[in-house]
Amino acid sequence: MQDQPSAIDLIGAVSEFIRNHAMPQLKGHTAFHALVAANALDIVKRELEIGPKAGDEELSRLKSLLGKDGSLDALNRELCAKIENGDMTLDTPGLREHLWATTLTKLAIDQPKYSGYRRALEEAGAGK
Amino acid sequence: MTEASNPIAAPLEDVARRHIPGATGIDALKRLSGGASQEIWSFDAVTPSGAVPLILRRAPGGFRDAGRSGTAVPLETEARLIRLAEEVGVPVPPVRHVLTEEDGIGQGFIMDRVPGETLARKILRDEEFAGARPKLARQCGEILARLHTVEKSKLPPLRTATGRDEVEQYFTTYKQLDYPHPVFELAFRWLRDNAPQTTELTLVHGDFRNGNLMIGPDGVRAVLDWEIAHVGDPMADLSWICINPWRFGNIDMPVGGFGTREDLFAGYEAAGGGKVDPARVKFWEVLGTLKWGVMCMGMASAFLQGDRSVERATIGRRSSETEVDLMRLLAPLTGKE
Repeated sequence: MQDQPSAIDLIGAVSEFIRNHAMPQLKGHTAFHALVAANALDIVKRELEIGPKAGDEELSRLKSLLGKDGSLDALNRELCAKIENGDMTLDTPGLREHLWATTLTKLAIDQPKYSGYRRALEEAGAGK
Repeated sequence: MTEASNPIAAPLEDVARRHIPGATGIDALKRLSGGASQEIWSFDAVTPSGAVPLILRRAPGGFRDAGRSGTAVPLETEARLIRLAEEVGVPVPPVRHVLTEEDGIGQGFIMDRVPGETLARKILRDEEFAGARPKLARQCGEILARLHTVEKSKLPPLRTATGRDEVEQYFTTYKQLDYPHPVFELAFRWLRDNAPQTTELTLVHGDFRNGNLMIGPDGVRAVLDWEIAHVGDPMADLSWICINPWRFGNIDMPVGGFGTREDLFAGYEAAGGGKVDPARVKFWEVLGTLKWGVMCMGMASAFLQGDRSVERATIGRRSSETEVDLMRLLAPLTGKE
Protein backbone atom coordinates (compact mmCIF):
# COMPACT_ATOMS: atom_id res chain seq x y z
CA MET A 1 0.00 0.00 0.00
CA GLN A 2 1.31 3.43 -0.98
CA ASP A 3 1.34 6.32 1.42
CA GLN A 4 -1.00 9.25 1.29
CA PRO A 5 -1.98 11.30 -0.68
CA SER A 6 -3.65 8.87 -3.09
CA ALA A 7 -3.13 8.97 -6.85
CA ILE A 8 -6.59 10.50 -7.21
CA ASP A 9 -5.72 13.30 -4.75
CA LEU A 10 -2.37 13.96 -6.43
CA ILE A 11 -3.94 14.28 -9.86
CA GLY A 12 -6.66 16.52 -8.48
CA ALA A 13 -4.02 18.83 -7.01
CA VAL A 14 -2.03 19.02 -10.27
CA SER A 15 -5.20 19.70 -12.28
CA GLU A 16 -6.15 22.52 -9.89
CA PHE A 17 -2.62 23.95 -10.07
CA ILE A 18 -2.73 24.07 -13.87
CA ARG A 19 -6.21 25.54 -14.02
CA ASN A 20 -6.01 28.08 -11.17
CA HIS A 21 -2.34 29.07 -11.05
CA ALA A 22 -0.41 28.19 -14.22
CA MET A 23 -3.06 28.89 -16.86
CA PRO A 24 -3.81 32.51 -15.85
CA GLN A 25 -0.10 33.32 -16.44
CA LEU A 26 -0.11 31.83 -19.95
CA LYS A 27 -1.25 33.30 -23.25
CA GLY A 28 -2.93 32.21 -26.49
CA HIS A 29 -2.32 28.67 -27.67
CA THR A 30 -0.28 27.72 -24.61
CA ALA A 31 -3.12 28.77 -22.28
CA PHE A 32 -5.57 26.75 -24.38
CA HIS A 33 -3.34 23.68 -24.29
CA ALA A 34 -2.91 24.04 -20.53
CA LEU A 35 -6.69 23.84 -20.18
CA VAL A 36 -6.73 20.77 -22.43
CA ALA A 37 -4.03 19.22 -20.23
CA ALA A 38 -6.06 19.92 -17.07
CA ASN A 39 -9.11 18.34 -18.72
CA ALA A 40 -7.02 15.26 -19.58
CA LEU A 41 -5.98 14.94 -15.92
CA ASP A 42 -9.64 15.18 -14.89
CA ILE A 43 -10.40 12.23 -17.19
CA VAL A 44 -7.62 10.23 -15.51
CA LYS A 45 -8.95 11.17 -12.06
CA ARG A 46 -12.48 10.06 -12.92
CA GLU A 47 -11.18 6.87 -14.48
CA LEU A 48 -9.28 6.05 -11.26
CA GLU A 49 -12.44 6.72 -9.26
CA ILE A 50 -15.01 4.99 -11.46
CA GLY A 51 -13.05 2.65 -13.73
CA PRO A 52 -12.14 -0.36 -11.55
CA LYS A 53 -15.67 -1.13 -10.34
CA ALA A 54 -17.24 -0.27 -13.72
CA GLY A 55 -14.70 -2.49 -15.50
CA ASP A 56 -15.58 -5.42 -13.25
CA GLU A 57 -19.27 -4.89 -13.91
CA GLU A 58 -18.72 -4.63 -17.68
CA LEU A 59 -16.70 -7.85 -17.65
CA SER A 60 -19.35 -9.71 -15.69
CA ARG A 61 -22.09 -8.52 -18.11
CA LEU A 62 -19.97 -9.59 -21.10
CA LYS A 63 -19.35 -13.04 -19.60
CA SER A 64 -23.04 -13.54 -19.04
CA LEU A 65 -24.02 -12.19 -22.51
CA LEU A 66 -21.45 -14.34 -24.33
CA GLY A 67 -21.53 -17.32 -21.96
CA LYS A 68 -17.75 -17.54 -21.68
CA ASP A 69 -14.70 -16.27 -19.83
CA GLY A 70 -12.06 -13.88 -21.17
CA SER A 71 -10.45 -10.45 -20.86
CA LEU A 72 -12.35 -7.18 -21.39
CA ASP A 73 -10.54 -6.72 -24.70
CA ALA A 74 -11.17 -10.27 -25.95
CA LEU A 75 -14.83 -10.32 -24.96
CA ASN A 76 -15.46 -6.86 -26.44
CA ARG A 77 -13.93 -8.04 -29.72
CA GLU A 78 -16.14 -11.10 -29.66
CA LEU A 79 -19.22 -8.99 -28.97
CA CYS A 80 -18.26 -6.76 -31.91
CA ALA A 81 -18.03 -9.78 -34.21
CA LYS A 82 -21.43 -11.06 -33.10
CA ILE A 83 -23.08 -7.69 -33.68
CA GLU A 84 -21.34 -7.32 -37.05
CA ASN A 85 -22.54 -10.67 -38.37
CA GLY A 86 -26.03 -10.27 -36.94
CA ASP A 87 -25.83 -13.01 -34.29
CA MET A 88 -26.68 -10.43 -31.65
CA THR A 89 -29.14 -7.57 -32.13
CA LEU A 90 -30.96 -5.07 -29.93
CA ASP A 91 -33.57 -7.82 -29.47
CA THR A 92 -30.98 -10.13 -27.87
CA PRO A 93 -31.85 -10.22 -24.14
CA GLY A 94 -29.42 -8.05 -22.19
CA LEU A 95 -27.60 -6.44 -25.12
CA ARG A 96 -29.43 -3.12 -25.07
CA GLU A 97 -28.97 -2.84 -21.29
CA HIS A 98 -25.29 -3.76 -21.55
CA LEU A 99 -24.56 -1.22 -24.28
CA TRP A 100 -26.36 1.52 -22.39
CA ALA A 101 -24.61 0.76 -19.09
CA THR A 102 -21.20 0.64 -20.78
CA THR A 103 -21.80 3.83 -22.77
CA LEU A 104 -23.01 5.81 -19.75
CA THR A 105 -19.94 4.71 -17.76
CA LYS A 106 -17.60 5.77 -20.56
CA LEU A 107 -19.20 9.22 -20.61
CA ALA A 108 -19.12 9.50 -16.80
CA ILE A 109 -15.34 9.21 -17.16
CA ASP A 110 -14.63 10.95 -20.48
CA GLN A 111 -17.06 13.85 -20.60
CA PRO A 112 -19.78 14.04 -17.91
CA LYS A 113 -20.83 17.50 -19.15
CA TYR A 114 -21.65 16.31 -22.70
CA SER A 115 -25.20 17.33 -23.67
CA GLY A 116 -26.10 13.91 -25.09
CA TYR A 117 -24.99 12.22 -21.85
CA ARG A 118 -26.93 14.65 -19.65
CA ARG A 119 -30.03 14.09 -21.74
CA ALA A 120 -29.58 10.29 -21.67
CA LEU A 121 -29.35 10.41 -17.87
CA GLU A 122 -32.62 12.33 -17.72
CA GLU A 123 -34.22 9.86 -20.10
CA ALA A 124 -32.95 6.94 -18.00
CA GLY A 125 -34.68 8.44 -14.96
CA ALA A 126 -32.13 10.91 -13.60
CA GLY A 127 -29.33 8.36 -13.60
CA LYS A 128 -31.37 5.58 -11.90
CA MET B 1 6.47 35.23 -39.58
CA THR B 2 6.75 38.97 -40.20
CA GLU B 3 5.46 40.43 -43.40
CA ALA B 4 8.89 41.61 -44.52
CA SER B 5 10.41 38.13 -44.35
CA ASN B 6 7.37 36.39 -45.78
CA PRO B 7 8.38 34.76 -49.06
CA ILE B 8 4.90 34.95 -50.54
CA ALA B 9 4.47 38.68 -49.88
CA ALA B 10 6.32 39.91 -52.99
CA PRO B 11 4.84 37.44 -55.53
CA LEU B 12 1.36 37.90 -54.02
CA GLU B 13 1.74 41.66 -54.49
CA ASP B 14 2.46 41.07 -58.19
CA VAL B 15 -0.58 38.80 -58.46
CA ALA B 16 -2.76 41.44 -56.82
CA ARG B 17 -1.49 44.17 -59.20
CA ARG B 18 -2.27 42.01 -62.21
CA HIS B 19 -5.64 40.61 -61.17
CA ILE B 20 -7.33 42.92 -58.64
CA PRO B 21 -8.59 46.03 -60.44
CA GLY B 22 -6.82 49.17 -59.25
CA ALA B 23 -4.48 47.36 -56.86
CA THR B 24 -1.14 49.08 -56.29
CA GLY B 25 0.08 46.72 -53.57
CA ILE B 26 -0.95 44.58 -50.61
CA ASP B 27 -1.14 45.14 -46.88
CA ALA B 28 -1.91 43.30 -43.61
CA LEU B 29 -0.85 39.87 -44.87
CA LYS B 30 -1.27 37.20 -42.19
CA ARG B 31 -1.72 33.45 -41.97
CA LEU B 32 -5.12 32.52 -40.55
CA SER B 33 -4.90 28.79 -40.11
CA GLY B 34 -2.31 26.11 -39.97
CA GLY B 35 -4.47 23.34 -41.37
CA ALA B 36 -2.66 20.32 -42.75
CA SER B 37 -4.66 20.35 -45.94
CA GLN B 38 -4.70 24.04 -46.75
CA GLU B 39 -3.12 27.40 -45.99
CA ILE B 40 -5.45 30.33 -45.50
CA TRP B 41 -4.00 33.83 -45.73
CA SER B 42 -5.77 37.12 -45.09
CA PHE B 43 -4.60 40.30 -46.83
CA ASP B 44 -5.83 43.59 -48.27
CA ALA B 45 -5.30 44.80 -51.81
CA VAL B 46 -4.40 48.49 -51.64
CA THR B 47 -6.33 50.51 -54.23
CA PRO B 48 -6.90 54.27 -54.72
CA SER B 49 -10.50 53.79 -53.57
CA GLY B 50 -9.50 51.92 -50.39
CA ALA B 51 -8.50 48.51 -49.09
CA VAL B 52 -10.09 45.43 -50.69
CA PRO B 53 -10.29 42.63 -48.08
CA LEU B 54 -9.18 39.31 -49.57
CA ILE B 55 -8.37 35.70 -48.71
CA LEU B 56 -5.79 33.43 -50.35
CA ARG B 57 -6.46 29.71 -50.08
CA ARG B 58 -3.34 27.85 -51.05
CA ALA B 59 -1.97 24.31 -51.03
CA PRO B 60 0.49 23.83 -48.15
CA GLY B 61 3.79 25.40 -49.16
CA GLY B 62 2.19 26.05 -52.54
CA PHE B 63 2.74 22.46 -53.63
CA ARG B 64 0.13 20.76 -55.69
CA ASP B 65 -2.18 18.73 -53.46
CA ALA B 66 0.46 18.31 -50.76
CA GLY B 67 -1.11 17.04 -47.58
CA ARG B 68 -4.63 16.93 -48.99
CA SER B 69 -6.71 13.97 -47.93
CA GLY B 70 -8.05 11.48 -50.45
CA THR B 71 -11.50 13.04 -50.36
CA ALA B 72 -10.41 16.67 -50.82
CA VAL B 73 -10.87 18.23 -54.25
CA PRO B 74 -8.07 20.21 -55.94
CA LEU B 75 -8.17 23.94 -55.21
CA GLU B 76 -9.03 24.76 -58.85
CA THR B 77 -12.08 22.52 -58.49
CA GLU B 78 -13.02 24.25 -55.26
CA ALA B 79 -12.87 27.63 -57.01
CA ARG B 80 -14.99 26.29 -59.88
CA LEU B 81 -17.62 24.95 -57.43
CA ILE B 82 -17.81 28.27 -55.61
CA ARG B 83 -18.49 30.00 -58.94
CA LEU B 84 -21.16 27.44 -59.89
CA ALA B 85 -22.80 27.81 -56.48
CA GLU B 86 -22.79 31.59 -56.88
CA GLU B 87 -24.61 31.24 -60.22
CA VAL B 88 -27.53 29.44 -58.53
CA GLY B 89 -27.78 31.98 -55.71
CA VAL B 90 -25.78 30.34 -52.93
CA PRO B 91 -24.04 33.03 -50.83
CA VAL B 92 -20.30 32.51 -51.32
CA PRO B 93 -17.14 34.61 -51.20
CA PRO B 94 -16.69 35.70 -54.85
CA VAL B 95 -13.56 34.14 -56.40
CA ARG B 96 -11.28 36.93 -57.72
CA HIS B 97 -8.48 34.89 -59.28
CA VAL B 98 -7.37 31.28 -59.61
CA LEU B 99 -3.57 31.04 -59.37
CA THR B 100 -1.69 29.99 -62.47
CA GLU B 101 1.86 28.77 -62.95
CA GLU B 102 3.09 32.22 -63.96
CA ASP B 103 1.90 33.63 -60.60
CA GLY B 104 4.70 31.63 -58.97
CA ILE B 105 3.06 30.98 -55.60
CA GLY B 106 1.71 27.51 -56.21
CA GLN B 107 -1.81 26.21 -56.38
CA GLY B 108 -4.77 28.10 -54.94
CA PHE B 109 -7.14 30.98 -55.44
CA ILE B 110 -7.99 34.45 -54.17
CA MET B 111 -11.48 35.28 -52.96
CA ASP B 112 -13.23 38.11 -51.13
CA ARG B 113 -12.91 38.19 -47.35
CA VAL B 114 -16.54 38.25 -46.24
CA PRO B 115 -16.97 39.91 -42.83
CA GLY B 116 -18.78 37.94 -40.15
CA GLU B 117 -18.38 35.18 -37.61
CA THR B 118 -17.82 31.42 -37.97
CA LEU B 119 -17.33 30.49 -34.30
CA ALA B 120 -20.39 28.62 -33.02
CA ARG B 121 -19.89 29.79 -29.44
CA LYS B 122 -20.29 33.40 -30.52
CA ILE B 123 -23.06 32.79 -33.05
CA LEU B 124 -25.11 30.83 -30.51
CA ARG B 125 -24.56 33.12 -27.50
CA ASP B 126 -23.66 36.70 -28.53
CA GLU B 127 -26.32 39.40 -28.53
CA GLU B 128 -25.07 40.57 -31.93
CA PHE B 129 -26.57 37.45 -33.55
CA ALA B 130 -29.81 37.31 -31.52
CA GLY B 131 -31.82 38.65 -34.44
CA ALA B 132 -30.22 36.26 -36.94
CA ARG B 133 -30.53 33.03 -34.94
CA PRO B 134 -34.27 32.37 -35.46
CA LYS B 135 -33.80 32.81 -39.25
CA LEU B 136 -30.71 30.66 -39.74
CA ALA B 137 -32.29 27.19 -40.01
CA ARG B 138 -34.69 28.27 -42.73
CA GLN B 139 -31.90 30.11 -44.58
CA CYS B 140 -29.74 26.98 -44.41
CA GLY B 141 -32.60 25.00 -45.97
CA GLU B 142 -33.01 27.54 -48.76
CA ILE B 143 -29.27 27.65 -49.44
CA LEU B 144 -28.99 23.86 -49.60
CA ALA B 145 -31.98 23.68 -51.95
CA ARG B 146 -30.18 26.01 -54.38
CA LEU B 147 -26.84 24.29 -53.94
CA HIS B 148 -28.43 20.97 -54.88
CA THR B 149 -29.77 22.41 -58.14
CA VAL B 150 -26.32 23.00 -59.70
CA GLU B 151 -26.52 21.25 -63.06
CA LYS B 152 -24.49 18.07 -62.99
CA SER B 153 -23.34 18.57 -66.58
CA LYS B 154 -21.52 21.74 -65.47
CA LEU B 155 -19.63 20.08 -62.61
CA PRO B 156 -15.88 19.52 -62.72
CA PRO B 157 -14.76 15.91 -62.13
CA LEU B 158 -15.85 14.90 -58.60
CA ARG B 159 -16.03 11.63 -56.71
CA THR B 160 -19.46 10.08 -56.30
CA ALA B 161 -20.35 8.63 -52.90
CA THR B 162 -23.72 7.10 -52.09
CA GLY B 163 -24.75 6.32 -48.52
CA ARG B 164 -23.73 2.72 -49.03
CA ASP B 165 -20.29 3.81 -50.35
CA GLU B 166 -19.67 6.01 -47.32
CA VAL B 167 -20.72 3.29 -44.87
CA GLU B 168 -18.18 0.90 -46.40
CA GLN B 169 -15.48 3.58 -46.57
CA TYR B 170 -15.82 4.36 -42.85
CA PHE B 171 -16.17 0.69 -41.94
CA THR B 172 -12.79 0.03 -43.58
CA THR B 173 -11.23 2.91 -41.65
CA TYR B 174 -12.82 1.67 -38.42
CA LYS B 175 -11.48 -1.85 -38.95
CA GLN B 176 -7.99 -0.50 -39.72
CA LEU B 177 -7.98 1.41 -36.42
CA ASP B 178 -8.49 -1.98 -34.72
CA TYR B 179 -10.12 -1.13 -31.41
CA PRO B 180 -13.44 -2.70 -30.40
CA HIS B 181 -16.50 -0.41 -30.25
CA PRO B 182 -19.66 -2.52 -29.90
CA VAL B 183 -21.85 0.59 -30.31
CA PHE B 184 -20.13 1.46 -33.60
CA GLU B 185 -20.71 -2.14 -34.79
CA LEU B 186 -24.38 -1.74 -33.96
CA ALA B 187 -24.47 1.50 -35.96
CA PHE B 188 -22.64 0.00 -38.97
CA ARG B 189 -25.04 -2.94 -38.93
CA TRP B 190 -28.05 -0.61 -38.76
CA LEU B 191 -26.66 1.52 -41.60
CA ARG B 192 -26.12 -1.51 -43.82
CA ASP B 193 -29.65 -2.71 -43.10
CA ASN B 194 -31.15 0.73 -43.67
CA ALA B 195 -29.08 2.16 -46.53
CA PRO B 196 -31.42 4.08 -48.83
CA GLN B 197 -31.85 3.16 -52.45
CA THR B 198 -30.52 6.44 -53.70
CA THR B 199 -32.57 7.62 -56.62
CA GLU B 200 -31.22 11.10 -57.09
CA LEU B 201 -27.65 12.27 -56.70
CA THR B 202 -26.68 15.93 -56.70
CA LEU B 203 -23.76 18.16 -55.87
CA VAL B 204 -23.28 17.84 -52.09
CA HIS B 205 -21.22 20.35 -50.08
CA GLY B 206 -20.15 17.61 -47.68
CA ASP B 207 -19.21 19.78 -44.68
CA PHE B 208 -22.16 22.16 -44.31
CA ARG B 209 -22.12 23.08 -40.59
CA ASN B 210 -21.17 25.63 -37.94
CA GLY B 211 -17.61 26.71 -38.59
CA ASN B 212 -18.03 26.65 -42.37
CA LEU B 213 -20.81 29.23 -42.46
CA MET B 214 -19.90 32.92 -42.35
CA ILE B 215 -22.70 34.53 -40.35
CA GLY B 216 -23.54 38.17 -39.72
CA PRO B 217 -26.32 39.89 -37.78
CA ASP B 218 -28.38 39.57 -40.98
CA GLY B 219 -27.92 35.80 -41.32
CA VAL B 220 -25.81 33.49 -43.50
CA ARG B 221 -23.41 35.55 -45.61
CA ALA B 222 -21.26 32.85 -47.17
CA VAL B 223 -20.81 29.09 -47.39
CA LEU B 224 -17.11 28.27 -47.01
CA ASP B 225 -14.77 25.27 -47.30
CA TRP B 226 -15.85 23.36 -50.38
CA GLU B 227 -12.92 20.98 -50.25
CA ILE B 228 -14.88 17.77 -49.65
CA ALA B 229 -17.72 18.55 -52.05
CA HIS B 230 -18.80 15.55 -54.13
CA VAL B 231 -21.78 14.02 -55.89
CA GLY B 232 -24.06 12.27 -53.41
CA ASP B 233 -27.42 12.11 -51.65
CA PRO B 234 -28.67 15.67 -51.05
CA MET B 235 -30.15 14.52 -47.71
CA ALA B 236 -26.56 14.15 -46.45
CA ASP B 237 -26.18 17.95 -46.31
CA LEU B 238 -29.47 18.37 -44.42
CA SER B 239 -28.35 15.84 -41.79
CA TRP B 240 -24.70 16.75 -41.19
CA ILE B 241 -25.57 20.15 -39.70
CA CYS B 242 -27.96 18.34 -37.29
CA ILE B 243 -25.54 15.94 -35.59
CA ASN B 244 -25.21 16.65 -31.90
CA PRO B 245 -21.54 17.81 -31.86
CA TRP B 246 -22.49 20.77 -34.12
CA ARG B 247 -25.20 21.86 -31.66
CA PHE B 248 -22.53 22.93 -29.16
CA GLY B 249 -24.65 22.04 -26.14
CA ASN B 250 -27.98 23.39 -27.47
CA ILE B 251 -29.31 19.86 -27.79
CA ASP B 252 -32.93 20.92 -28.36
CA MET B 253 -31.99 23.04 -31.39
CA PRO B 254 -31.04 20.26 -33.79
CA VAL B 255 -29.95 22.51 -36.65
CA GLY B 256 -26.51 23.75 -35.62
CA GLY B 257 -27.72 24.58 -32.11
CA PHE B 258 -29.77 27.48 -33.54
CA GLY B 259 -32.90 26.08 -35.18
CA THR B 260 -35.45 23.36 -35.79
CA ARG B 261 -35.59 20.66 -38.42
CA GLU B 262 -39.06 21.92 -39.33
CA ASP B 263 -37.63 25.31 -40.33
CA LEU B 264 -34.71 23.72 -42.19
CA PHE B 265 -36.98 21.38 -44.16
CA ALA B 266 -39.60 24.08 -44.82
CA GLY B 267 -36.90 26.37 -46.23
CA TYR B 268 -35.53 23.51 -48.32
CA GLU B 269 -38.87 22.56 -49.83
CA ALA B 270 -40.01 26.17 -50.35
CA ALA B 271 -36.81 26.99 -52.29
CA GLY B 272 -37.34 24.10 -54.69
CA GLY B 273 -35.20 21.48 -52.98
CA GLY B 274 -37.69 18.68 -53.43
CA LYS B 275 -39.44 16.65 -50.78
CA VAL B 276 -37.41 15.91 -47.65
CA ASP B 277 -37.30 12.19 -46.85
CA PRO B 278 -37.16 11.81 -43.02
CA ALA B 279 -35.94 8.18 -43.21
CA ARG B 280 -32.98 9.20 -45.38
CA VAL B 281 -32.28 12.17 -43.12
CA LYS B 282 -32.11 9.81 -40.14
CA PHE B 283 -29.82 7.43 -42.04
CA TRP B 284 -27.43 10.31 -42.70
CA GLU B 285 -27.65 11.59 -39.13
CA VAL B 286 -26.61 8.15 -37.84
CA LEU B 287 -23.84 7.96 -40.45
CA GLY B 288 -22.67 11.51 -39.72
CA THR B 289 -22.49 10.81 -35.99
CA LEU B 290 -20.59 7.59 -36.61
CA LYS B 291 -18.19 9.35 -39.01
CA TRP B 292 -17.24 11.83 -36.29
CA GLY B 293 -16.78 8.91 -33.87
CA VAL B 294 -14.41 7.14 -36.27
CA MET B 295 -12.52 10.42 -36.82
CA CYS B 296 -12.05 10.65 -33.02
CA MET B 297 -10.64 7.10 -33.04
CA GLY B 298 -8.23 8.27 -35.75
CA MET B 299 -7.00 11.03 -33.41
CA ALA B 300 -6.30 8.42 -30.70
CA SER B 301 -4.44 6.33 -33.25
CA ALA B 302 -2.32 9.29 -34.43
CA PHE B 303 -1.46 10.02 -30.78
CA LEU B 304 -0.41 6.43 -30.14
CA GLN B 305 1.72 6.46 -33.28
CA GLY B 306 3.85 9.28 -31.94
CA ASP B 307 2.00 12.58 -32.33
CA ARG B 308 2.20 13.57 -28.66
CA SER B 309 -0.38 16.37 -28.80
CA VAL B 310 -2.49 16.34 -25.64
CA GLU B 311 -5.29 17.93 -27.62
CA ARG B 312 -5.31 15.05 -30.10
CA ALA B 313 -5.21 12.56 -27.24
CA THR B 314 -8.25 14.07 -25.56
CA ILE B 315 -10.18 14.21 -28.86
CA GLY B 316 -9.55 10.45 -28.98
CA ARG B 317 -11.55 10.19 -25.79
CA ARG B 318 -14.47 11.94 -27.46
CA SER B 319 -15.58 8.94 -29.50
CA SER B 320 -17.68 7.97 -26.46
CA GLU B 321 -19.71 11.16 -27.03
CA THR B 322 -20.75 9.85 -30.41
CA GLU B 323 -21.62 6.50 -28.82
CA VAL B 324 -24.18 8.09 -26.52
CA ASP B 325 -25.59 10.03 -29.50
CA LEU B 326 -25.81 6.80 -31.52
CA MET B 327 -27.49 4.94 -28.65
CA ARG B 328 -30.05 7.74 -28.36
CA LEU B 329 -30.73 7.46 -32.10
CA LEU B 330 -30.81 3.65 -32.36
CA ALA B 331 -31.85 2.36 -28.92
CA PRO B 332 -33.72 5.28 -27.34
CA LEU B 333 -34.50 5.07 -23.63
CA THR B 334 -37.80 6.82 -24.19
CA GLY B 335 -40.44 6.00 -26.78
CA LYS B 336 -39.55 8.86 -29.09
CA GLU B 337 -36.60 8.95 -31.43
